[in-house]
Amino acid sequence: MIGWRSSSSEPDERISVFELDYDYVQIPYEVTLWILLASLAKIGFHLYHRLPGLMPESCLLILVGAVVGGIIFGTDHKSPPVMDSSIYFLYLLPPIVLEGGYFMPTRPFFENIGSILWWAVLGALINALGIGLSLYLICQVQAFGLSDVNLLQNLLFGSLISAVDPVAVLAVFEEARVNEQLYMMIFGEALLNDGITVVLYNMLIAFTKMHKFEDIEPVDILAGCARFIIVGVGGVMFGIAFGFISAFITRFTQNISAIEPLIVFMFSYLSYLAAETLYLSGILAITACAVTMKKYVEENVSQTSYTTIKYFMKMLSSVSETLIFIFMGVSTVGKNHEWNWAFICFTLAFCQIWRAISVFALFYVSNQFRTFPFSIKDQCIIFYSGVRGAGSFSLAFLLPLSLFPRKKMFVTATLVVIYFTVFIQGITIGPLVRYLDVKKTNKKESINEELHIRLMDHLKAGIEDVCGHWSHYQVRDKFKKFDHRYLRKILIRENLPKSSIVSLYKKLEMKQAIEMVETGILSSTAFSIPHQAQRIQEIKRLCPEDVESIRDILTCNMYQVRQRTLSYNKYNLKPQKSEKQAKEILIRRQNTLRESMRKGHSLPWGKPAGTKNIRYLSFPYGNPQSAGRDTRAAGFSDDDGSNPGSSSVMFSARSRIRSLQKQQAQEIIPMKSLHRGGKALSFGYQRSTSQEEYMGGSRRVALRPKPLFHAVDEEGFFGVSQESVFL
Amino acid sequence: MGAAHSASEEVRELEGKTGFSSDQIEQLHRRFKQLSGDQPTIRKENFNNVPDLELNPIRSKIVRAFFDNRNLRKGPSGLADEINFEDFLTIMSYFRPIDTTMGEEQVELSRKEKLRFLFHMYDSDSDGRITLEEYRNVVEELLSGNPHIEKESARSIADGAMMEAASVCVGQMEPDQVYEGITFEDFLKARCSGSRL
Repeated sequence: MIGWRSSSSEPDERISVFELDYDYVQIPYEVTLWILLASLAKIGFHLYHRLPGLMPESCLLILVGAVVGGIIFGTDHKSPPVMDSSIYFLYLLPPIVLEGGYFMPTRPFFENIGSILWWAVLGALINALGIGLSLYLICQVQAFGLSDVNLLQNLLFGSLISAVDPVAVLAVFEEARVNEQLYMMIFGEALLNDGITVVLYNMLIAFTKMHKFEDIEPVDILAGCARFIIVGVGGVMFGIAFGFISAFITRFTQNISAIEPLIVFMFSYLSYLAAETLYLSGILAITACAVTMKKYVEENVSQTSYTTIKYFMKMLSSVSETLIFIFMGVSTVGKNHEWNWAFICFTLAFCQIWRAISVFALFYVSNQFRTFPFSIKDQCIIFYSGVRGAGSFSLAFLLPLSLFPRKKMFVTATLVVIYFTVFIQGITIGPLVRYLDVKKTNKKESINEELHIRLMDHLKAGIEDVCGHWSHYQVRDKFKKFDHRYLRKILIRENLPKSSIVSLYKKLEMKQAIEMVETGILSSTAFSIPHQAQRIQEIKRLCPEDVESIRDILTCNMYQVRQRTLSYNKYNLKPQKSEKQAKEILIRRQNTLRESMRKGHSLPWGKPAGTKNIRYLSFPYGNPQSAGRDTRAAGFSDDDGSNPGSSSVMFSARSRIRSLQKQQAQEIIPMKSLHRGGKALSFGYQRSTSQEEYMGGSRRVALRPKPLFHAVDEEGFFGVSQESVFL
Repeated sequence: MGAAHSASEEVRELEGKTGFSSDQIEQLHRRFKQLSGDQPTIRKENFNNVPDLELNPIRSKIVRAFFDNRNLRKGPSGLADEINFEDFLTIMSYFRPIDTTMGEEQVELSRKEKLRFLFHMYDSDSDGRITLEEYRNVVEELLSGNPHIEKESARSIADGAMMEAASVCVGQMEPDQVYEGITFEDFLKARCSGSRL
């Protein structure tokens, strides 16, 4: 790939027909190629559907990077200077952090915030200082040839190597029943870890620049600590301030919804930059901004903006991370390494040792104060999920060579640690978690047990609620009140149309969507009731298939006790499960309708199936706006006369409608049950779909379905009878 | 809770009766006050203040359990109208973790108490047996989180479960014997594996 340009040093009489100028486009061209390559690799990665469960995606990215690095090295090409300090800190890092903050589930975070802060802050500090000091001691040993590495350098190395990226492994052990608390600890740690290590890093660099080691007095150290706190807290304050400002501005953007994503991104970025100007922690600022902003912005922006923001954020962070990993791969294959067995081995060892120490020590302490202590198994999982990632590499790479003559060694050591943790720990953590989990799960043999266990779970959840987990409950309560009374009034738009044509339209669409879904009778999941089980006096063993089918039904349909398994994937948004289901429903419904038309059955609606219903089906599910108006009106009236015996319940609390539209009616739980023909309707949207929308985060909180249990009056628009769902 | 002097006495009394520590009692007392709106007693309506409870499908049973005389140890059946703090603590004490340092017997006893609490939740008419109707009711409530299930399915599941329980507890029955319902002993048998209260 050698650039080649036809010479233009002397004026040429002839005009060359074909010219090649590679230097001009080299940098963007190669960057684009890298990103594209990584994307292709990801596509391949996900095509084999079991692979994401086996290894974290970081593995893949690193491999791609190594391949690219190999190519570049092999062709002796000078790689474009993608990564230097300013580019990293100004352009590559903010999107990653922003995405982390935006998709964080806020409620569990704040419920556990004490533990999370304790663990993240102190954990990072203990790790950094511990590793640094231990390595310094090792360096004192003359035999290893490391005596020129002084204490500060070691501390700095310790701080950058303790930057973990555990979110990368979350996708891997998602399938195991990782409980919410554990999830939050890991998430929280990832979120705050970056910020803390960067702050520490910068501080230590400042120290290094400042004097020689001997001149550092205790005053400086104290100043350092104070600085640490100010940097952290100041960053957060900045973030919150910017978050509020941007939320406020989005209140007024209803007419120019195209700039809404722009506002969101620009303000977040601005918070980062503003904080960095004052040497406060930009990372914490941008995180705080994202968290604050999300709640209000989500209610204000239009649906398309909301989707855009989500996707764009993922995209940006993906690109950033890809670039960093590729750069890492490029650096791996190259000549700029310095391999020092002692240093590297001890680094690896100390990383693990200190992480173990910090995990077990810190959790031992925090367990005393928690209502739900973390078991040893949980702590092991946390320990093992200490996978390093792009953050460490970047910080190592950006060490100023002038202050760190042995920079290459540090880089090599960092790379080794990253490779080790990502590949070995990343791949084995899945089986480990499953192994640890399996030991505890009972094999449920009987239905009775299943029911009892479920009942007990609910009971426990209920009693927890009655007790009010911990006294934070009151704080949260107060915050909510404050929020409702003041913040929401200021920051959220008030123009929700109450009885305008627009809202009618939207309600009709949703109603139709529900109907289409509900009346799609999925015969394959119909529950074939063992009919001999009518008389209780007869004792017959249930055959295993019946038990199986019963259990399937139970697991699918029983109320999921509190979101046990959150579903967060760093690299992509979960595909909306309900879309696929809806399509399936449409197809089946089409078939059944056709069949029944042929056989001349009377359809549930009491009208000949006819074209009207077929028109329903051509109505693209995901895009309600496109269908014609009369279809809907027809559908509406169609439904009107149809089911006296059916009840339909919808989320129709006022503000819910907006969010529902946003989520494209995917969280609606269809609740009609047709008591016709004995066909069992057992398909419903499990609430787990709403769990998948957890990335929409706090919106879920607002969608708590109070209407689920009572009939909801849809402002009299729908004449359909509204019986209570509780039959 | 009265004057400070008698307060600590009451606390100690409660400690003795229910086995909570004084810190826990303090905390629960705060919670009690919050729920009751600073009244000395709680009624059923006060439980509406717990927002998360509304999502719970067996919420009515849980609330009922608080007022159940059998749980309050005030009688064989019936519901109290309101409960005071001591009753509240009594109910909560069912959920204390089992103190494994106690003797075998004590542990067994605690386990039994907890299971009895569960049993009372099933057995809503207090006749000492879980009949088919009551079981059906429970299953329906559990499945109500997805109310798309037909009543039929819920019934059949309950029937199946009942049959299973019967076969476990009574073994082979004569074809015309009637299985009236699950008694507490049967309940214990059916639940013998892995109680994780």
